[in-house]
Amino acid sequence: MDALSLTPEEWTAIGLSLRVATVATLASLPLGILTALLLARGRFPGKSLVNALVHLPLVLPPVVTGYVLLVLFGRRGPIGAWLESTFGIVLAFRWTGAALACAVMGFPLMVRAVRLSIEAIDARLGEAAGTLGASPAWVFLTVTLPLALPGIIAGAVLCFAKALGEFGATITFVSNIPGETQTLPSAIYNAIQVPGGDAIAFRLSVVAVIIALAALVASEWLARRSGNRHGAPA
Amino acid sequence: MIRFACRLTRPGFALDAAFTAGPGVTALFGPSGSGKSTVIRLLAGLERPEEGRITLGDTVLLDTARRMALPPHRRRIGLVFQDALLLPHLSVKANLTYGRWFTPRGERRIAFDPVVEVLGIGHLLDRRPGTLSGGERQRVAIGRALLASPRLLLMDEPLASLDQARRQEILPFIERLRDAFAIPVVYVSHAVEEVTRLASHVVRLEAGRVVATGTPSEVFAAGHDRSGGDRFALRSVLTARVKQRLPDYGITLLDHPAGEIVVPGLLPLGEEVGVAIRATDVALARGPAGDLSTRTVLDGAVTRVEADASGPFATVTVTLTGGDVIVAAVTRLAAAALDLAPGVPVKALVKAGAIDESGLPGAVPPSQPG
Repeated sequence: MDALSLTPEEWTAIGLSLRVATVATLASLPLGILTALLLARGRFPGKSLVNALVHLPLVLPPVVTGYVLLVLFGRRGPIGAWLESTFGIVLAFRWTGAALACAVMGFPLMVRAVRLSIEAIDARLGEAAGTLGASPAWVFLTVTLPLALPGIIAGAVLCFAKALGEFGATITFVSNIPGETQTLPSAIYNAIQVPGGDAIAFRLSVVAVIIALAALVASEWLARRSGNRHGAPA
Repeated sequence: MIRFACRLTRPGFALDAAFTAGPGVTALFGPSGSGKSTVIRLLAGLERPEEGRITLGDTVLLDTARRMALPPHRRRIGLVFQDALLLPHLSVKANLTYGRWFTPRGERRIAFDPVVEVLGIGHLLDRRPGTLSGGERQRVAIGRALLASPRLLLMDEPLASLDQARRQEILPFIERLRDAFAIPVVYVSHAVEEVTRLASHVVRLEAGRVVATGTPSEVFAAGHDRSGGDRFALRSVLTARVKQRLPDYGITLLDHPAGEIVVPGLLPLGEEVGVAIRATDVALARGPAGDLSTRTVLDGAVTRVEADASGPFATVTVTLTGGDVIVAAVTRLAAAALDLAPGVPVKALVKAGAIDESGLPGAVPPSQPG
C-alpha cells in the first residue's frame, strides 16, 4: 500500500499540473473559438498563413516553441518586458508561464476540433436566422455556439489533456522548479533522473493515466449530453 | 409594392432581371437554373448584385448606385427555404418565436396563436425539429417566418422537397395564410398547378431574364410558351367559375364560355379558378364528340398549327369561345387526317383524370388518407 501513497511534494506537482492545465484551457478557449470561427467561416487574405501559424506548435519540436516563448516572454523579451512594466506580470519561471506554454501547445488541437464542428454546421442555418432578424453576433451566440458545443467540449478536453502532458516547451520556458513550475511530467522526469526514483515515477505515471482517462470519459459524457438535446438528427 | 432590378454575374450564370410585384402572391416561375432562387436571395439580402436597386414600399433595400445595402437582419423579409432549415437545437416553439425576439415591439403585428392554428402545428410545439415529418417541418418553417411579422414573405419552392401527398397537405395552409395575414408573398415554383392556384401575378424567368409577366392565364397562354419543344411541359390555363358540386361523384363542374369543365374534388361554389391543362391531355375532334367517357368538351377554332417537319407531333393552338387559349399535342398524322388549319372549328376534349386537383383552390381530394 505504501507504494501507492503520495508524498506532499508529489501532491504539489499534481495540484500544480491540474491548475496549469485548467488555466491554460479556460484562458485559451475564447481565442480558440474565435480563431476556429475565423478559419471556418472567414474569407480574408492570409488565411492559410494564420492557419499555418496556429498549427506550428503541433509540428515544431516543443523545445523550439519553449525557446521562442523564452525569447518573447522572458523578462528581457519584447513582450515579457512590456507585460512586466505595464501590468507587473512576470511569466518566466512562474506557473503562469507554464500555463502559457501549455496553452500554446494545446491551441492547435483545440482550434482544430472547434473548427471542424463549426464547418459541420449548415451555413444556411445562419442565413435563416439572419432573415428572422438576428444580427451576425446573435447568430453566433444562438446558432453557431450551441451547435458547435460538442466540438468545443472535445477541443477543450484535448487542450486540457495536452496541457497535462506538456513537457518540452514548459521545461524550456519556465524550467523545473518544485512548487512553482514542476508539473507532473517534469516531476516524473526528475524522479527518473534520481537513483531509486523508479517508485515515484511509477506512482506519478499512474496518476497521469487516471487523470487523462477521467478527462476523456467526462468529455464523452458531456458531448453526448449536449448532443442528446438536439433530438434525432435532422 | 416591390420594385426589383438587378444585374449579377456568377461563373456560368448571369442574371439581369427587373420586375414589380404588388400585394397578394407573386409567383416567380421558370425552369431550374433560370435564376428564381437567386432573385429570392437578392431580395433577402443573402446575395449582392454587381448593380441593382430593390425597394419595398418606401424602403430602399439596395441601391448599388448609392453604395447602400441593408443587411438581411434589417430587411424584415421572411424567407421559407426549400428544406425548412429549422434550428435543430431548439424546440418547435422556440423556433417559432425566434424571430419575435428581434422584431421591434411595435411591429409585432402577427400573433402566435392564429399562426399556430392556421398552420395546424399546435400539437408539435414541444417537439424537436429532428422528430418532425417533412410536411410538418415545412409548416413550422412557414410559421417561423410569419411570426417575425415580415413586410414581405419569400417562399423558395417550399413544396419541392415533399411528395405529392404532403404537397396536398400544405397548399391549403399557404392559401389560408395568404388570405388571413395580408402579407405580400413572392413564391418560387416550377409547378404550373401551384402557381395557378396561389398566385395572382406571375413573373416568368428564363436564363436569368424576365420573359413574361402577367396573370397566370396570360403568362401560361400559348403565345408565351417557351417549353423548347418538350410537349410534356406545354400547358394552358383556363379561367372558369365553380358552378355545381357533385358530392356523390366527388367532382365539381366549372362554368366556362366554351363549355362545362369537369374537375376532380369539391371546390367552393362561385369561386373563380384557373385550371392548368397539359397539352398531352387534350384531344381534338371535328364532329360531334359522341359517346365518350370524357365529359369536358370545349368549343373553339384552331388558330395555329406548329409542327416540326420530321417530328411525330404537332402543337395545335385552339382559341376557345370566350377567348381562352388551349394547346393540344396531337400526332402530325391526326392533324393531317382532320385537316387542322387556322380557322377550322374544333372541339377540345379534356379528361378529368388528367387534371391535377392540387392546382385547384380548396379542393379536398376524395381519396386523401388521414
